[in-house]
Amino acid sequence: MMNKFIFIVLAAILLGGCSIEPWVKPYERAHLADPIMGFSRDPVSESYLHHVYDAREGARGAGIATGGGCGCN
Amino acid sequence: MVVTKHIFYIVFFGLCLLVTNSYAAILPADRADVLYHAYEGGGVEVNGPSILVRKSIGDSFSVSGNYYVDNVTSASIDVITTGASPYQEERTETSLSLDYLREKVIMSVGFTSSRESDYDADTGFFSISQDMFGDLTNVSLSYAQGDNIVRSNSVPDFEDYATTRSYRVSLSQVITKNMILGAVFETMADEGFLNNPYRSVRFEDGTAAPENYPRTRTSNAGSIRLRYYLPYRAAVHGGIRTFSDSWDIKATDYEIGYLQPLWEKWLFGITYRTYTQTAASFYSDVFPAGSTQNFKARDKELSTFDSQSVGFEISYDFINKGWGFIDKASANLSYDVINFDYKDFRDARFSQSGEYEIGEEPLYSFTANVIRFYFSMWY
Repeated sequence: MMNKFIFIVLAAILLGGCSIEPWVKPYERAHLADPIMGFSRDPVSESYLHHVYDAREGARGAGIATGGGCGCN
Repeated sequence: MVVTKHIFYIVFFGLCLLVTNSYAAILPADRADVLYHAYEGGGVEVNGPSILVRKSIGDSFSVSGNYYVDNVTSASIDVITTGASPYQEERTETSLSLDYLREKVIMSVGFTSSRESDYDADTGFFSISQDMFGDLTNVSLSYAQGDNIVRSNSVPDFEDYATTRSYRVSLSQVITKNMILGAVFETMADEGFLNNPYRSVRFEDGTAAPENYPRTRTSNAGSIRLRYYLPYRAAVHGGIRTFSDSWDIKATDYEIGYLQPLWEKWLFGITYRTYTQTAASFYSDVFPAGSTQNFKARDKELSTFDSQSVGFEISYDFINKGWGFIDKASANLSYDVINFDYKDFRDARFSQSGEYEIGEEPLYSFTANVIRFYFSMWY
């Protein structure tokens, strides 16, 4: 019974989401489309800097670097 | 039966998300980058080129290839204090990826191969991303697996493996017409030979032994980033990332930056980043003589330390109104200075020279300079 209730509530939320009116209209996105607003404006350059950090820090992940070897001794 | 029901719910919600509306996503822009990178710090110099080419095929596919080289010259404190000779080596990395666009979904698959004299790394990934809610939200799921072979140039018979599996969820969310948020959660599982075959630990009596790490490691990292467009065409951006793993390393980094376009063709940027981490549970700068502890590390990347970095960038669009098949082209220069301050990693050169007792040397620190110079072209 509880599972059905949760299912109906979630379905209502998600189906509601299907008809969400975007609060930022397409014609209002000029600023967001400016290259200075891109999270990864220059992928090669940013990937390299993340590799510099990854090779010298214990933390990794949740950035943009992928793959790679060590180059760190 | 219960499992079947759960699958039904998941499929139902998935279909609901996939039919939210009919705007289309877009593939990354066609571009080429030719970059020269140079790193210098702590007795290590690394430089080389990186070349990226991305091209769409028809309306639905985009391929990209990257060729990258590290030329390494190392006389780092680890090399010098273990009595090894400074060395030179080359690492080459090649990547290929394919993106497929279908309405609001982009599926990507890619492969990266890295080769150096003592380490081969092959990484494959798959990701799927979906625009939804009037294109205000993009959700991406990805999986990557790295299969690595570890060798040692000083022990010809040595060879072991290391495998990395990464699961990642990313969200990009438009908050207002001037603000966008990005969030990433990634969990990684490593297995195999995870330490560096050249590094060793030291004991109070002056003896040394090879490092020994656990053969498994599980890590979780999460990040949130924000970008805000200022009224006079400039952008501020900031972010935070937290990290923790099964080796008891906890790390946090913060980043804030500012981008200012000027005179139509110029762009100036400044970024500040600070990073702190705690040591792995089996790290020690000096182990007691005769220690029977199983796992031991003296890798400074596993010690307690912090770092601060400041980065400057300048970019000039030397083509911005089209020229032949080129839509736009820019020349870019970035310079970053990074200062590393270690809290429990001492400079063993001072005890080897007899100036200090083992374990009483000054703490180690160094400054690194990173330069990136590159040309970018959109077509």
